[in-house]
Amino acid sequence: MSTAVDISLTVNGERVSRRVEARRHLVDFLRLDLELMGTRTGCEHGMCGACTVRVNGNIVRGCLLLAVALDGADVETIEGASQSGELRDLQDAFIARNACQCGYCTPGMLLTAADLLSVNPRPTRAQIREHLCGNYCRCTGYHAIIDAVEATAASRNAKSGP
Amino acid sequence: MSDIIDPGSVDRPNSYIGKSLPRPNAKTLVEGLGRYVDDIVLPRMVHVAFVRSPHAHARLLAIDGTAAMALPGVMRVFTGGDLSPHCEPWVATLAHLKGMKSAPQHPLPLERATWVGEALAAVVAESRAAAEDAVAHVRVDYEPLPAVVDMEGALLAATPVIHAELGDNLCFERVNETGKVEEAFAHAHKIAEATFYSGRHTGLTLEPRSILADFNRASGRLTVYHSTQAPHMMQGVFAKHMRLSEGDVRVICGDVGGSYGIKVHVYPDEVAVAVIAKLMGRPVKFIADRLESFASDIHARDHRIRARMAVDATGRITAIDVDDLTGIGPYSVYPRTSAVEGNQVVNLVGGPYDFANLRARTTVVFQNKTPTCQYRAVGHPIATAVTEGLVDLAAEVLDLDPVEFRRRNLMKDGSYPRTSPAGMKFEGLSHEASLTKLVSMMDYPALRSEQERLRQEGVHRGIGIASFIELTNPSPFMYGVGGARISAQDGCSVRIDPDGSVVAASGVTEQGQGTEAILRQIVAEAVGVPIADVRVLTGDTLITPYGGGTWACRGAGIGGEAALRAGLAVKDAALKIAGAMLQAGPDAFDIVDGQIVERTSGLARMPLAELARIVYFRGDTLPPDLPRELMQTRHFITKEYPFAFTNGVQACWLEVDVDTGIVRLLKHWCVEDCGRVINPLLVDEQVRGGIVQGLGGALYEHCIYSPEGQLLVGSMADYLVPMAAEMPDIEVGHVETPTKESLLGAKGAGEAGTAGAPAAVMNAINDALRPFGAKVFAQPFTPERILAALGKVPTRWPEPARSSTRMMSPARTGALAPPAPGFLSRLFRRA
Ligand code: FES
Ligand code: FES
Repeated sequence: MSTAVDISLTVNGERVSRRVEARRHLVDFLRLDLELMGTRTGCEHGMCGACTVRVNGNIVRGCLLLAVALDGADVETIEGASQSGELRDLQDAFIARNACQCGYCTPGMLLTAADLLSVNPRPTRAQIREHLCGNYCRCTGYHAIIDAVEATAASRNAKSGP
Repeated sequence: MSDIIDPGSVDRPNSYIGKSLPRPNAKTLVEGLGRYVDDIVLPRMVHVAFVRSPHAHARLLAIDGTAAMALPGVMRVFTGGDLSPHCEPWVATLAHLKGMKSAPQHPLPLERATWVGEALAAVVAESRAAAEDAVAHVRVDYEPLPAVVDMEGALLAATPVIHAELGDNLCFERVNETGKVEEAFAHAHKIAEATFYSGRHTGLTLEPRSILADFNRASGRLTVYHSTQAPHMMQGVFAKHMRLSEGDVRVICGDVGGSYGIKVHVYPDEVAVAVIAKLMGRPVKFIADRLESFASDIHARDHRIRARMAVDATGRITAIDVDDLTGIGPYSVYPRTSAVEGNQVVNLVGGPYDFANLRARTTVVFQNKTPTCQYRAVGHPIATAVTEGLVDLAAEVLDLDPVEFRRRNLMKDGSYPRTSPAGMKFEGLSHEASLTKLVSMMDYPALRSEQERLRQEGVHRGIGIASFIELTNPSPFMYGVGGARISAQDGCSVRIDPDGSVVAASGVTEQGQGTEAILRQIVAEAVGVPIADVRVLTGDTLITPYGGGTWACRGAGIGGEAALRAGLAVKDAALKIAGAMLQAGPDAFDIVDGQIVERTSGLARMPLAELARIVYFRGDTLPPDLPRELMQTRHFITKEYPFAFTNGVQACWLEVDVDTGIVRLLKHWCVEDCGRVINPLLVDEQVRGGIVQGLGGALYEHCIYSPEGQLLVGSMADYLVPMAAEMPDIEVGHVETPTKESLLGAKGAGEAGTAGAPAAVMNAINDALRPFGAKVFAQPFTPERILAALGKVPTRWPEPARSSTRMMSPARTGALAPPAPGFLSRLFRRA
């Protein structure tokens, strides 16, 4: 009763081809097939945001997407976004502000925050809270995360000028 | 020596204690490179999924795994009977909790299922997906039995007894009485009275419970990769119950994705995994999914508390009388037991106040729901909500401002050491200074006038204050005296390596609080090296000193002190060698920034790395009888006080929409006194995280059961947690009253936020509702409950609000809604 399908896609800039079961979701594909462990699951029903990754530039919940639907897609995970350096200032702000405690939510939180800053370079605190409201964090109480995103926006704006 | 912890001089070289420094492991975590249990893949590893009970109570007539075994990838199906010959059952009682009882518990039950979600059989397969598929094909024949669901009825004669051999459903009972309570109430000027409920909720760690056990048949050794707070305790548990020697069990605890008390208990399904690994001789992994987490992670705080407070005409509290009832599920949880939460309520109620007469009773009963046990702030949020709820009611009947009432009644700052009416010993607290600081941080008078002004405009905002005490740095009086193999002592080894860098190995553990960060700061300062030169190692029973792990806010106070003493000892050892090498007494030198310097002139004489190089590689050049012990281990345990109490006060500012019942949190403040603050950045985020956890329990989180004992919340769509958009900014301030029991002076800070937040929210909601004469005392304070208190919708639960104060809304009764079909019963339904 094999329902396996062949797919080819780009993950963190590298081309990969695999045969995957139709029911395998993107997070399991990343973790079990590609051994990219930075993407994690907290609920597997779309509520916690721990599984956030980018598909074709948009953030998505990896637990709600099936790998078979991603033939030809461009997927980026926390590993790729870290290696490219595009999250560096945001990650540094998370470290400096202690916005990452157990770290389990952090990859998803960072990708979601980066998504906000890419569309809204000057978000208010309320807008940051709103944008991150699908990402559960049990450790921090969110305040430090909001501070870190706010600080990153401010320093990017200071660099790019008014 | 204690000059190194003088907080007045934080600008000395390598003075790290007291500074806000980032955590060394954060860089790994932000890049997604942490290593949690589920990230570990071992050769020949297999996966477990459990068949879980869809019944609250049922006899297991037969379990048949034949059909499951026929599926592809499935290897074994284990029942309780398969595992029990290889594992001694446990009974979770503590000898010092007099009269406590519980029933023997096995990794998988032998005869009966006793709660919805209890693991009944284990399927082992090549992948978790294959194991889950097979679970649906395990046939279980049940004979449903009557379930004990409502804790109020658990002790009635007509109620079935869950464990016949125990005689009744009573687990534990305790009354603590001092002074003349009845007399005080008889002569009271006024009495404030209410019945409080704290809703059953759970920890919801984002990383679910995770375990990977590997048994090597040749060596007879069990290695367990475990998401736990207490690796040494688990080592002992696996050894004892699986009849192995402790030395043959190694527990490794890497990154842990949140714990908050959830991961300090012995879970039968996790023990089953270890036993299965032993039976199969290969690595076995179990990662709970979210649904199983809701039904099998410990729950907490299922309490009903009837409480009253007597006050005299001068506005002083004369007596408190509290009757607590709590339902803990069918078994007390091993080894900490499930009686401790109720016992803490007894110990902590009235804690911040100066009064003479106290009666506090707790009754702990068995029921057919998920077992409850210690979860962040154990008992504190309940005791604080009851105490502070009564305080606000009393202030109201006396027509006193709540801050003024607290000022009259809080224990005076200069009055320590002293003992509370409940018998708790306080070394030194700062309730008055903390309240003063809070009032100025929040600009209390300005907030009151804003509240008044907005009221005229029909906007209903409230201010809630909550003073609290928190128990930290526990001694063996918490568990050890009761017979539990839980270490109250902790140790740290510090060594200097040939390049002058330092490695510290500690028995306390890291789950995101920053344990490793503070140990690094303490050790860097104690030895005298740049912080970047220190590595910290935790979470491996084979290589760290024996210790209790991280719980009850002991990481900094106990583990930190051991690290400080070990660091100082290694520095002394290095200076003895320096004295011999540089031909002077050891007192002539100090270590600063990794250099051996002259104590008087500060002149650098030699890098520490050079000293270490000589010791390790050219020991021949040193005097033959010179000790060269560049590794030292020290242990610490508190001796004078059973616990180091901390204190604090919180305030909540919120708005209640009186048409929808929705609460909007606007701002939260906390002033906390955890003694010496080692790293303010970490302490503040512990406090904030704790507060939000408390806010969750107060407003949203609720493990709801049907009258038949079905758990009705099985996903994060039904069980609501605090998310960023609903949470307020939180301001944190400190007062520092160091403990004199240690050089470091640190007490715990991890639970303070959770201890006080629900009380502050409750008081703020009731303050906002004051013009309507409505009050709520049942957590979570849902819109429905607020609207019911306002008389806008019918009450659907036993209305708790009752008081001899003037303004209580009358109790309303309405028809109970018909039970919704259980989400879990649908998902767990088998055969
Ligand atoms: S795991 Fe995907 S949203 Fe929770
Ligand atoms: S840091 Fe632990 S869940 Fe966010």
